[in-house]
Amino acid sequence: MEATQATPIKYDMEVVRWFTIAAAIYAVVGTLIGVWIASELAWPFMNFDIPYITFGRLRPLHTNAVIFAFGGCVLMSTGYYMVQRTGATKLWSNGLAWFTFWGWNLIIVLAVVTLPLGITQGKEYAELAWPIDIMIAVVWLSFGLNHIMTVAIRKTSHIYVSNWFTMGMIVMITDLHVVNSLAIPVSLTQSYSIYSGVQDAMIQWWYGHNAVGFYLTGGFLGIMYYFVPKQVGRPVFSYRLSVLHFWALTFGYVWLGAHHLQYTALPDWTGSLGAAVSLAMIIPSWGGAMNGMMTLSGAWDKLRTDYIMRFLVVSLAFYAMSTFEGPVMSIKTVNALSHYTDWTVGHVHSGALGWVAMVGYGAIYHMIKKLYGVEKMYSESLVNTHFWLATIGTVIYIVAMWVSGIMQGLMWRDYDEYGALTHTFVESVSEMHPYYAMRVIGGVIFHLGTWIALYNIVMTVRQAIAVRGVNAVPANA
Amino acid sequence: MSDHDKIYSTKFQDKIERSTVLMFVVTAIAVAIGGIVEIVPLFYLPNTAMSGGDGTFNSTVHKDGKGNVVSMDKIVWNPATSAHKTLEDWQPGDGVRPYKPLELAGRAVYIREGCFLCHSQMIRPFRDEKDRYGHYSIAEESMYDHTYQWGSKRTGPDLARVGAKYSDEWHRRHLKYPRDVVPESVMPNYYWLGDENHKVDAAGTVQTMKVMTMMPFNPVPKTVYTEAYINGAKAQLDGKTDLDALIAFLQGLGNHIKFEEGVNYRD
Repeated sequence: MEATQATPIKYDMEVVRWFTIAAAIYAVVGTLIGVWIASELAWPFMNFDIPYITFGRLRPLHTNAVIFAFGGCVLMSTGYYMVQRTGATKLWSNGLAWFTFWGWNLIIVLAVVTLPLGITQGKEYAELAWPIDIMIAVVWLSFGLNHIMTVAIRKTSHIYVSNWFTMGMIVMITDLHVVNSLAIPVSLTQSYSIYSGVQDAMIQWWYGHNAVGFYLTGGFLGIMYYFVPKQVGRPVFSYRLSVLHFWALTFGYVWLGAHHLQYTALPDWTGSLGAAVSLAMIIPSWGGAMNGMMTLSGAWDKLRTDYIMRFLVVSLAFYAMSTFEGPVMSIKTVNALSHYTDWTVGHVHSGALGWVAMVGYGAIYHMIKKLYGVEKMYSESLVNTHFWLATIGTVIYIVAMWVSGIMQGLMWRDYDEYGALTHTFVESVSEMHPYYAMRVIGGVIFHLGTWIALYNIVMTVRQAIAVRGVNAVPANA
Repeated sequence: MSDHDKIYSTKFQDKIERSTVLMFVVTAIAVAIGGIVEIVPLFYLPNTAMSGGDGTFNSTVHKDGKGNVVSMDKIVWNPATSAHKTLEDWQPGDGVRPYKPLELAGRAVYIREGCFLCHSQMIRPFRDEKDRYGHYSIAEESMYDHTYQWGSKRTGPDLARVGAKYSDEWHRRHLKYPRDVVPESVMPNYYWLGDENHKVDAAGTVQTMKVMTMMPFNPVPKTVYTEAYINGAKAQLDGKTDLDALIAFLQGLGNHIKFEEGVNYRD
């Protein structure tokens, strides 16, 4: 590293800055829509009899906004950032990176327009119309090609572990997106999947779970392996554990999708196989979480003063929690109760809010300081406020969903002494009201944090530019 | 030996870490295996409702309690052997059939409005689900569902067998203003589905019928969606609203097969 200090490398960081700020904006938008649709379930008048904002149309917009807009921008900003710094090289193509940026944002704009209009393929997390799907493939491959080629032109001998995870994500997401999206168009806005029934269900959840596994987990683990050691100022606890973590996840995660289809019309062995591998995945997942946590050993006192560190550590705690909860929910007897209930929604959000968003924000704050060459954020105490809002909001959200989910499961299967079902379905709906309201509160708290983050980031950037002048921002940041 | 030449793991791992190509290739192989093992067999194993196009389903054999084979023609409607030769003559219990034009239009509305995000169409083999929704769902029942609609969440009840449970009029009132008939419901009002601006997309439905016959897996047989039938679809859709179509779709759900006691329909 001494050599790089002697002759500073000119990194391509402007595109990273844009992706980072876009991520902070999309977090606000995505969680706002989330809060809105959560309110619709608690208070149906919130649909306001406007077709474009009914739950059924806004829910895909919420998932697309948080996964592909927020998550995607975090992954692409950190991806381009890490691959340059760990390889001590510029991007393979700065121009292609800008194509990725504008292409990805165009896709997001098209999603915002088409989904409220009811233009959807009806596949969960893969709703966007077929022409947009083609654009996603092209833009995603532009990111993938640029990343892999930058790895190829690195100046370092070894490929750093973060880039393994990013590469794994690039390969798998390409497979998933292409195979799951195969459809025959009816018109420019409508198409039907070439698969039906059992095969479609399996392919859909192979897609759905691995979008979680390789994009929201693998991609973000790459972030963890770079930003945790950087923020602590210590090397990763165990290199060997990271090797194990990566290969076990890369090979094993692919098998898990079938656990979404327990007790359905799918042949029984598929779900059982998915559940068996799910349970085995606890070991590498926890190994990885420990690897991140133990990186702090000897530096735990930093948690008192370093608020960014708090985001990273709590994200690892949620990662460990969700990767234990998931396998438990895949066990057939548990799944019999949890499937179709809010428990699933709670599980997703403990991963999405607790893990993905927290580690994402840790990386965003870290990068903003480096990218704009500042020692501190505009307000460090606002980082702390954001941290507590995010943590408390997440906990309220998932506790509400645990209670409502388990209640639903128990009410649906309950029999009275005459051997008749104790509850009508709609009783389970009305009993959920307090928990749906509680979820809105948790969501609002988390959402407020995203505004604070955006404000803090904008003010930090403004200050940095005011101090140095626009062009004086160091290119090698 | 400099620090960069030292091997901290295994020789092979070290080799992978030094080579972009090797890292890419080994990763691509590692991610491919699980998907291949779980997905590919579903296209050729029995009990996956993969039609051979001639009334066979990858040697799927459903047997009753005495070991007698239940003819697949009783599970999936086969116009060649059925007493009822056309979609118009088809009767509930004749076996799984493709959608009629109005139902297909309704299915498009169902997908457009994201109904599947709150309603499942997959009944599991549990006592309470049998009592609440009916016989467990079987693979053949969704074989014509390009983009399956099993769903993953029951904010509202399962709809796999909602067909003929309620009157058309009940559905009309419920879809328009759910809380008029079910006060505790949290479903949005869909009163606008029945207005003048929401006439059925006839041209789109006709095109959808054509597309359904072109599917590489489980297409609608051209002996069912004949050219004449597709050409006649427009007349059936004339003057209908999205609301009419959605109700037709819902009323056709789940009563295709006459389930018999003691038959294991899943393997």
